[in-house]
Amino acid sequence: MRTRFVTVTMAAVLAAGLALVVTTATAQTPGYRAPRTKDGKPNLNGIWQALNTANWDIEAHPAGPSPVRDLGAAGAVPAGLGIVEGGTLPYRPEALAKKKENAANRLKLDPEIKCYLPGVPRGMYQPFPVQIIQSPKHIMIVHEYAGAVRTVYMDNHVEAPADSWMGWSNGHWEGETLVIDTTGFNDLSWFDRAGNFHSDGMHVIERITARSPETLTYEATIEDPKVFTRPWKISMPLYRHVEANAQILEFRCVEFVEDLMYGHLRKQPSK
Amino acid sequence: MKHRCLVPIGVLAIPIAIAWLGVPVAGQAPSTAAATKAAPAKASTAKSTATKAYTPPRTPDGQPDIQGFWTNSTYTPLERPNNVTKEFYTPDELEVAIKQAADRETAQTEPGTTADVHYDFTQFGLDRSQSTFAKNLRTSLITNPENGKLPPVTPEGQKRAAERAAARKTQGGQYDAVENMPIGSRCIIMAGAGPPMMNAGYNSNYQIVQGPGYVMILTEMIHDVRVIPVDGRPQPHSNVRQWVGTSRGRWDGNTLIVETTNFNGKNAFRGASENMKVIERFTRVADDVITYQFTVEDDATWARPWTAEMPMQKTEGPIFEFACHESNYGIANILAGARADEKRAAEEAAKKGAK
Repeated sequence: MRTRFVTVTMAAVLAAGLALVVTTATAQTPGYRAPRTKDGKPNLNGIWQALNTANWDIEAHPAGPSPVRDLGAAGAVPAGLGIVEGGTLPYRPEALAKKKENAANRLKLDPEIKCYLPGVPRGMYQPFPVQIIQSPKHIMIVHEYAGAVRTVYMDNHVEAPADSWMGWSNGHWEGETLVIDTTGFNDLSWFDRAGNFHSDGMHVIERITARSPETLTYEATIEDPKVFTRPWKISMPLYRHVEANAQILEFRCVEFVEDLMYGHLRKQPSK
Repeated sequence: MKHRCLVPIGVLAIPIAIAWLGVPVAGQAPSTAAATKAAPAKASTAKSTATKAYTPPRTPDGQPDIQGFWTNSTYTPLERPNNVTKEFYTPDELEVAIKQAADRETAQTEPGTTADVHYDFTQFGLDRSQSTFAKNLRTSLITNPENGKLPPVTPEGQKRAAERAAARKTQGGQYDAVENMPIGSRCIIMAGAGPPMMNAGYNSNYQIVQGPGYVMILTEMIHDVRVIPVDGRPQPHSNVRQWVGTSRGRWDGNTLIVETTNFNGKNAFRGASENMKVIERFTRVADDVITYQFTVEDDATWARPWTAEMPMQKTEGPIFEFACHESNYGIANILAGARADEKRAAEEAAKKGAK
């Protein structure tokens, strides 16, 4: 795992075991009105990052040992209050069995381990910065992790032309809130390292609202009747990188996983 | 050398790259243009000096607006072919050069063979002439030196090239290990992704989005994103090294100037050193054309800086997700095939030995 420690505050919070940061009740500060872009929309431009343990497990969970023995405490799982409203996911029985199987085989199956695209919403709460770049027609969501990127089409809404990892995102404004409707997912991404998963029938509706100059409220409703018995919702704050000259850096992780993925196919020295 | 290898195309894509580096003018008769969506001739074949009067629209926050979907797909080689002595073709000569290059792409595989079915460049949109490409009367992308060729390589540059070649030899065959395979086939980055942003054999498409203080350029191939700050900030510490370097932009009138340093040297452009500096200039000269000019400064490699220029032609979006690594069955299959070959050869050798 790789975590960027961006400010003294963030480092301190992480060192404290992330006890403070995960809450499910992160509704916007009542009455907060975001600054406007020149074309009059709420200005969500910035480099943002979640400060929680959702990438380990979006459900409420206790701390646990590292899945990789040699990493000791550095690789251990920090506890989390969860980002799912109600704490747990409404799996169908057969889907819950698959989730457990995923969790048991996580080192082999978690797409993050292979540097695969993170999917939605996972990319929003991985321990990497995410940059929002707003223009009237397209809003770009650029992830440091794996150079993943999403175009949110603000005009010319069309149906997803094909299935993909990051889905097809159509967006619109509802007052202070950017609403992003995403469909066209494949069934390959996960929600977290705990094996929580979805099908290619997933539909994600995200709502992003400024709650203060330096924080956003990120909410997403997930509908996926093949896997879950009802729609469910996640919610968390995203924090602005306020340090000078913050920027998305390169985390081109394919080269970091090649030996893991293809090392067994290396030519062996002749005997 | 540049090679772009969408993984299913794999190694076969490499000869194409080599093929376009020289576009002789002699040969076949002119024919109808192959481009199905060729740009209006006026804009796309204009010499860059002819469009000074154009004023680009502005973004809401006042930047010159260069947003949209663009392509720098072209048949124009970086260096001027040896048998060409002038800077610009006539439109007729250009058609001949394009036809020859397109024919070469089509003729890469033998009709009726398995390879032809698999890699038929007239199918799947792989043939450049099937989609928008930027016509360019220039006989080379390089505009300076005036001979259209790269400047001489310095002794230091030659030494580095020799060392890199020697290092490649010691690491074994191309199919011995994944690290020996081309970075494009490995889905890390396309060899010509840059900066400077060179056209690829296909999918040379870009999406530009401007937000306050930033210009973002998404390259379709391997979803490569450049987020370029245009707020005057300094470059990061020289220890921060990236495949694409680190870019800082500013507006000079209607021209976006982007300076890039801090390369990691692992995708060295034409043998450049990691201390290469690239200065790019994007100028929208018509509604449907951006003139893209770049200067490469690397005195550890070339005797002097050199400059190239190409049009970026407006094209239709959207750009779809290019999940390259995620579907990279080619690497595992190629390596497994090589291991199987070795095993078979060893077994045959053992059989012969036993007789």
